Amino acid sequence: MKIRTLALAVTALSALASTGAFAQAKEQFIPVLSYRTGPYAPNGTPWANGFVDYLKLVNARGGLNGVKLSFEECETGYDTARTVECYERLKSRGASFVQPLSTGGTFAITEKAPADKIPLVTVGYGRSESADGSVFKWNFPIAGTYWVASDTILQAIAKKEGGWDKLKGKKIALVYHDSPFGKEPIALMRERSALHGFELTLLPVTAPGVDQKSTWLQIRQSRPDYVVLWGWGIMNTTAIKEAQATGYPREKMYGVWWAGAEPDVKDVAEGAKGYNAVTMQHGAEPNSKVVKDILDMVHAKGQGTGPKDEVGQVLYMRGAMSAMLGTEGIRAAQERYGKGKVMTGEQVRWGLENLNLTQPKLDALGFAGVMRPISTSCVDHMGSAWARIHTWDGKQWKFTSDWMQADEQIIKPLVKSTAAKYATEKKLTARNGADCQS
Amino acid sequence: MIYRENGQFKTSYRADQAIFPIAQDRLFIGLLLVVAFVVVPGLASDYLLRALLIPFVIMSLAALGVNILVGYCGQISLGSGAFMAVGAYGAYNFFQRLPGMPLVPALILGGLCATCFGVLFGLPSLRVKGLYLAVATLAAQFFADWMFLRIKWFTLDTPSGSVSVSNLQVFGLPIDSAVSKYLFCLAMLVVIALLAKNLVRSAIGREWMAIRDMDVAAAVLGIRPMYAKLTAFAVSSFIIGVAGGLWAFVYLGAWEPAAFSVDQSFRLLFMVIIGGLGSIMGSFFGAAFIVVLPIALNQFLPAILGMFGISISTAGISHAELMIFGVLIVWFLIVEPHGLAKLWSTGKQKLRLWPFPH
Repeated sequence: MKIRTLALAVTALSALASTGAFAQAKEQFIPVLSYRTGPYAPNGTPWANGFVDYLKLVNARGGLNGVKLSFEECETGYDTARTVECYERLKSRGASFVQPLSTGGTFAITEKAPADKIPLVTVGYGRSESADGSVFKWNFPIAGTYWVASDTILQAIAKKEGGWDKLKGKKIALVYHDSPFGKEPIALMRERSALHGFELTLLPVTAPGVDQKSTWLQIRQSRPDYVVLWGWGIMNTTAIKEAQATGYPREKMYGVWWAGAEPDVKDVAEGAKGYNAVTMQHGAEPNSKVVKDILDMVHAKGQGTGPKDEVGQVLYMRGAMSAMLGTEGIRAAQERYGKGKVMTGEQVRWGLENLNLTQPKLDALGFAGVMRPISTSCVDHMGSAWARIHTWDGKQWKFTSDWMQADEQIIKPLVKSTAAKYATEKKLTARNGADCQS
Repeated sequence: MIYRENGQFKTSYRADQAIFPIAQDRLFIGLLLVVAFVVVPGLASDYLLRALLIPFVIMSLAALGVNILVGYCGQISLGSGAFMAVGAYGAYNFFQRLPGMPLVPALILGGLCATCFGVLFGLPSLRVKGLYLAVATLAAQFFADWMFLRIKWFTLDTPSGSVSVSNLQVFGLPIDSAVSKYLFCLAMLVVIALLAKNLVRSAIGREWMAIRDMDVAAAVLGIRPMYAKLTAFAVSSFIIGVAGGLWAFVYLGAWEPAAFSVDQSFRLLFMVIIGGLGSIMGSFFGAAFIVVLPIALNQFLPAILGMFGISISTAGISHAELMIFGVLIVWFLIVEPHGLAKLWSTGKQKLRLWPFPH
């Protein structure tokens, strides 16, 4: 009885919500899956603030060719089951694209998105093999994957040592979050280790990573030449504190971009000095034009999300850039299917696949200097494999390397073979030329 | 007046021992089944089915399994998440490794894997009791977490350790729309719940309850504690294993060991405690409380607060949801320590006398 009344009540509510959606039919709806609570909240919150602020900025700038954006946030708490619930809740409102911001969620939604015809945009995260658009029609790991991140970290290490050949016999330890997210780089790092003869030690840390004593004891014993930190949330701060306690030089630590933002180091401040992290394109960009625009057009009107002084931080920029890539996908779709119209998920998918963000376009959007031009295609859903390293100087993140491009010779075959394995498992046929046009 | 067994005479033992001896009960259950199988799929939206009803149905099944062990046999277990995981990964391995493996046998084989695992980790129950047993079964949880994270063989060597299934079908019917998924889970639930209900009414069920109420007395009466406890572990972990398989295959589609973490074990234990220990009906109430209520709160809070002109942030809703949920758990446990099922039976008792309570 209880269930039935509840079911009825929920139906009534959803009916209410759908009438609400009718009233604003001229708006492009964007679901926002975020986590502002739970163990990953310190990192999830700035991302969500950046994402939402950018959407507000698009509206303040007049929308996408006049189409205003509407959005709704749903709290996932970085929990896969809850992410699926949020996805189901928001997809019925005509979702243009979805960004789950969790690897577990990405895996679950990858199976659902093709049936629902909603593109899955995972800017810099998600499953690395989904860069192969011929198999993963609906996945868009735009501007880099974990394989790109780990490859560029190894390139930076090689550069520091003076060339790939100098890595022979060196020991590199991968301290990773024991989850699909943390395991993603292993395949590529194994490949590189076989190629250059360095010894790769895998040190898993049980999520959420508050206790790492045993891991760092192992590091103290084996003294690896470099430590690659594949952490998220509280795990990063703990790892840097442990490194400080064990006396491991922070200069020899390289974090993934999830481990290279202000919340990760600010509690340790001076202790984290010298710690490096890869950035997929951007770092902290408080002086970029888009940040100024957000401050002028959103925060100045009192509509900002989150604290004003965090605008322009690393994860905030990540959120803004993720939102920008999604909305530019919508804009690209409008150019083909009709400007000023509301795009469906299928049309947005085409837009994301034919994204061509040239330098003038980036300048106009205010992303000059923040990122490099990106263009995606039917086979390449990633669009760009460039990254930089930035280093914490005790107060802020500063770039310490030039632009580096992940080695296609290594990544391409790996993407192809892993994607092919997925395709045979799922009995998918690779898309042909005609499908690419659709 | 409407709910009264007066005049319903039983003329055979068969009629006396029926699951639902009272005609009104039979009618109610029949109507409930019609509603669940016919009316709900017709009325419920896609979201309602996918995000609320499917998890509710699967979790009811899991709670049913836990209830057999904890509620009927009195063996407190914190390894339910592990049994779900073994069921899910077992079914996954059978499904992927054996070409042409149909879905239902894969799920059942997964359940049998969980049975073996459950019996193995049920062995300590022969020596330790109560809270100590809970700690011993917690070992199953950590063992399963470790096993599916570290032993690559179970995940078919996928690079990230996350596995997925697709193209599910039963007798040639694809299980991909929300309605088909819901009906499939519901059918599994009804069949297993019927079996479980009959099992707890049979000799073996009485043995479990005897062990639960006082194991020494039960042993003196000639009930073998080992047999009774291990069968309870076996049946319970089979059901939990099948539920784990459904959770992974039908609800999530792609999963990692974190989907069956210790949190899941606690949630399942709370479901049976809040729903009512030793009651099949209680499993459903408990699952509804734990699965549906947080999501319902999450959806209703902004609407309710909106009526008073208060807007609340996403994080605020989440925090409020946890707080209200916690308060409700405490409140229910205080006003009805025997669980929601007890409220149900009190209600039935009242209804019997209604409208003349004296």
